[in-house]
Amino acid sequence: MRAIGIVLAGGNSFRMKELSQKRAVCAMPIAGSYRSIDFALSNMSNSHIQKVAVFTQYNARSLNEHLSSSKWWDFGRKQGGLYVFTPAVTAESNFWYRGTADAIAQNLSFLKNSHEPYVVIASGDCVYKMDYNKVLEYHIAKKADITVVCKDMGPEVNVDRFGTIKMNEDSRIEEFEEKPVVAKSNTISCGIYVVRRRQLIEMIEKCAEEDRYDFVKDILIRYKNMKRIYGYKLQDYWRNIATVEDYFSTNMDFLNADIRNYFFKQYPDIYSKVDDLPPAKYNVGAHIKNSLISSGCIVNGTVEDSVIFKKTYIGNNCYIKNSIILNDVYIGDNTHIENCIVESRDTIRANSYHAGTDGIKIVVERNDRYVI
Amino acid sequence: MIKKEMIAMLLAGGQGSRLGVLTSKVAKPAVSFGGKYRIIDFPLSNCINSGVDTVGVLTQYQPLRLNTHIGIGIPWDLDRNIGGVTVLPPYEKSTNSEWYTGTANAIYQNLDYMESFNPEYVLILSGDHIYKMDYEVMLDFHKEKGADVTIAVMPVPMEEAKRFGIMITDENRKITDFEEKPANPRSNLASMGIYIFNWKSLKEALLANAEQPGLDFGKHVIPYCHSKGEPLYAYEFTGYWKDVGTLNSYWQANMELIDIVPEFNLYEEYWKIYTRSEILPPQYIADNTVVERSIIGEGSEVYGKVYNSVIGCGVTIGKDTIVRDSIIMNNTVIGDNCELYKAIVAENVNIGNYVKLGIGEEAPNETDPNIYNNGIVTIGERSVIPDGITVGKNSCIFGITTEDDFKDKYLASGKTLIKAGDDK
Repeated sequence: MRAIGIVLAGGNSFRMKELSQKRAVCAMPIAGSYRSIDFALSNMSNSHIQKVAVFTQYNARSLNEHLSSSKWWDFGRKQGGLYVFTPAVTAESNFWYRGTADAIAQNLSFLKNSHEPYVVIASGDCVYKMDYNKVLEYHIAKKADITVVCKDMGPEVNVDRFGTIKMNEDSRIEEFEEKPVVAKSNTISCGIYVVRRRQLIEMIEKCAEEDRYDFVKDILIRYKNMKRIYGYKLQDYWRNIATVEDYFSTNMDFLNADIRNYFFKQYPDIYSKVDDLPPAKYNVGAHIKNSLISSGCIVNGTVEDSVIFKKTYIGNNCYIKNSIILNDVYIGDNTHIENCIVESRDTIRANSYHAGTDGIKIVVERNDRYVI
Repeated sequence: MIKKEMIAMLLAGGQGSRLGVLTSKVAKPAVSFGGKYRIIDFPLSNCINSGVDTVGVLTQYQPLRLNTHIGIGIPWDLDRNIGGVTVLPPYEKSTNSEWYTGTANAIYQNLDYMESFNPEYVLILSGDHIYKMDYEVMLDFHKEKGADVTIAVMPVPMEEAKRFGIMITDENRKITDFEEKPANPRSNLASMGIYIFNWKSLKEALLANAEQPGLDFGKHVIPYCHSKGEPLYAYEFTGYWKDVGTLNSYWQANMELIDIVPEFNLYEEYWKIYTRSEILPPQYIADNTVVERSIIGEGSEVYGKVYNSVIGCGVTIGKDTIVRDSIIMNNTVIGDNCELYKAIVAENVNIGNYVKLGIGEEAPNETDPNIYNNGIVTIGERSVIPDGITVGKNSCIFGITTEDDFKDKYLASGKTLIKAGDDK
């Protein structure tokens, strides 16, 4: 393979509210059986990128647990492999990662010691399937210095938390605005970049000398007239999950047969850590409508239009509608849950009532669980 | 130096012919069980959970599925630098090449494999039972008694004892005598086919009986050890243990998993059962469905009604289809408006629309009444059944069938339809 991979997974987002207390955004469970970072890692693996570094910083415990073995994404190789880089105190630096560029700068030896000519940088908080080789071919054909994968969003989408892009007819990026107050374009950057390794090292070293730390602001925007920066339009499904609303609706997208088919049944597959859970079990009294149920669940109540993650127990006479129940939740009998996200490993006592009236309610109860 | 206290030898070469078409293409240990598992997952998981990390799996009959399932043992954490899982097929020798002719003969032919680990004890297992057992506890018993051979036994109802190999013991659990399928059993302790041998005694017994045709543990090796006066002990096991050797017992053991609190509980944190899972996504249950008293594996999509059934991974059940008291294995597709009653449908089967299985009066199966009985309809793997077919009870279909194979779109109870396809 001609490229190495970098997955940026250090981030936290205040837009995730209580959900980010427990874990980095990239470790958020997605679609019943996956975690957000699985999509970037599986894309890397399916693009035959064999050497991948994951940069973590914010509350990485959950993420590190997920990445405890690299074999699930087929990175357990002698050539290459999966590297997890957390900030460390070294002779040169005792800072946290002060930005995306700084994260790469603090681990520059990873880039310097590789021999592959290109680098694919992806963020770990997006849900999509992509063959990075196609971007790489485009990158080479355009003789680009940096290629930015971008996507046209519908006019109804609020793009003010993304970077917006304007390109000329040759797809060269002319304008790049980060989190604009008033967006001039509805084309956004997907946070996926292809760049030549030596070029990246050079730019990152320059950045570090000038005490600049952000890849978007200090490289893409600053260099946009000096370097040949091109946009590659992604046509397929792509969602960023870093707000509660987007996280909720991305999960609900999987109730759509076409999207399920695209991710679960078409080549290539998305991989994840295998949990060795038994099949889901439906007892008398279970009524399910239009829902995803994951392995290890035991269902005794009613579930409608919901995504139930792994190992959830749903008691008798429960009514769960339009909700997301994260991993390993115990829901006692006669409980009503509507328009909610229930945080993982929580215990909801019997006869509880939770409903999001104005938007999505995040349920975090932290009750003790008594197991026999 | 390599040194393993106890290694396991897992006999997985048998066909299991009483499972009918379920084992026409795969060895019995590779047959699906409980939705996502295969029968061999149970002894393999028991091994790793008991701390036995060196397992030789002896294969002979149709080993392809077994080989791909086991691979290098990753799902069971049996991918080890030293030891781990090794598949041991019969092999050619400079003199006297032969297939595995009996259980003990298979072990005899792999003396070199066992020797290379320099073990103290060898655990002999068979790959066709559903149970959770801590072999380490059995080993402790073996050591405590100072036994040469320990045989795991299970108390069975006296009236059933005549179907088993029966051990007669003294109050100390020392075996004084044994009888194979006795007419008038003197004890109800049935051998489970699980043995711990002292390596030295096993080696000596195998070498001494090497010339015995069809060398078998129950028939030859155990009697030999007994006749030499070596101390043989019976280790009593009282947990759940199920032989799934016939279609009826296989069906029943599957159905026991859907009880409210199953006697054999897969949902306990302790003593997990591991398997190779290629299918990861959650299952989807659509509108206008019923799923009741059932277990369903990953990635399945249900658009119809499922009652009292065990459904594997990646299965599709079409609209307005009713599945009742049935077992559907991985990646099978069932069309719309079908009705399945007490059917066992193997992997990768394609059933069209308006197909009815298990309809009408019972009639004994014409060719194999001992295999296809109790009203069960059995469909072999990769079979295809076209639209609108009705099939009776105690029947069996295997192969890619078309409408021409059925008279008036009907297969009566007790009929067997086996089509030798191109791939057979």
